[in-house]
Amino acid sequence: MQFLNGITLLLVYQLVGEVTVRLLGVPIPGPVLGMVMLFITLWIRGSTPESVETASTGLLSHLSLLFVPAGVGMMAHFSRIADEWLPITLALLLSTVITMVATALVMQLTTRWLVGSAAKEEQNHE
Amino acid sequence: MNDPGLKDIWVYLSASPLLGLTITLVAYGLAYRLYLRTNSNPLANPVVTSVAMLIGLLLLTGTSYNDYFEGGQFVHFLLGPATVALAVPLYQQFSRLRQLWMPVTISLLCGVVIAAGSSIWLARIFSGSFEIQMSLAPKSATAPVAMGISEKIGGLPSLTAVLVVITGITGAVLGTKLFEWIRVKDDTAKGIAMGVAAHGIGTARAFQVSNQMGAFSGLAMALSAFATALLVPWLVDLLDAWIPA
Repeated sequence: MQFLNGITLLLVYQLVGEVTVRLLGVPIPGPVLGMVMLFITLWIRGSTPESVETASTGLLSHLSLLFVPAGVGMMAHFSRIADEWLPITLALLLSTVITMVATALVMQLTTRWLVGSAAKEEQNHE
Repeated sequence: MNDPGLKDIWVYLSASPLLGLTITLVAYGLAYRLYLRTNSNPLANPVVTSVAMLIGLLLLTGTSYNDYFEGGQFVHFLLGPATVALAVPLYQQFSRLRQLWMPVTISLLCGVVIAAGSSIWLARIFSGSFEIQMSLAPKSATAPVAMGISEKIGGLPSLTAVLVVITGITGAVLGTKLFEWIRVKDDTAKGIAMGVAAHGIGTARAFQVSNQMGAFSGLAMALSAFATALLVPWLVDLLDAWIPA
């Protein structure tokens, strides 16, 4: 019953998110807004209900699985990708590497500068 | 398939979502076992191996993607509630998040601009067509956002969806090794970089490393969805002024 209650709540938040996005015409996906709303609810409430925790752990423990059907969609675009494989491969690969390295370094440096070593100490003790 | 009984069964199965759903779960089950066998080597990412297995199987049996997706959509649908569920680990990291909001904001904005700017610029250098450039621009955002942006700036939304998945896989496969090379050790920094560059697939990988890395990756994915939607159309105009297409 816990799992069922939890998943129902997640779907309700998703639904509210989808409806709000459509009503306001904002260019973000409904589930992302639903996530923000759930986060705010948990913050106000001050704790996570067991049902929501059970359902979220269940869904997130195999998040990778959920991307498989979209990934198989690659087969529908084989010819387009084959036509321009060089710019696609290089741009995608290099851009992803650059983004990752730059973001990680900026995050590391700004954390050191702005939050200082106290936070670092605390994290190491966790 | 000369036996009429078998043929009937095949006709039934190929028209029902049962087969597509079952093979998705079986392929993932095998892929995940392989991944554990290799001691969670990122090169054996379960998304890569199960997608490869399924594409191979569909090509061999001459099944179309649309027929497969009849069943695959049930798994695909769960991406919605799973995105909402990311609020939970994020809330559990709340105290850490409150401490780090400033670095998180700065690195997020840098990451989003670099992700979109560099992919347009690189595609332009390697003489990719305008459609490819615009389809690549939102590649680091989560699929539904990326498709919307792609359409707005002149890309092909369905191609963008595929590029988004490939980007996520690339990030998930290379991420941990890259962080090792540049000596970034904080799970918070690794998580933010993973989520900004490789959205949900990167987040799935981040959760395999640690709960903290997963939570920050999920946060970065959600916030960069907002930032990408707001910044990319503007960035495209700016880039056009700087480097003519």
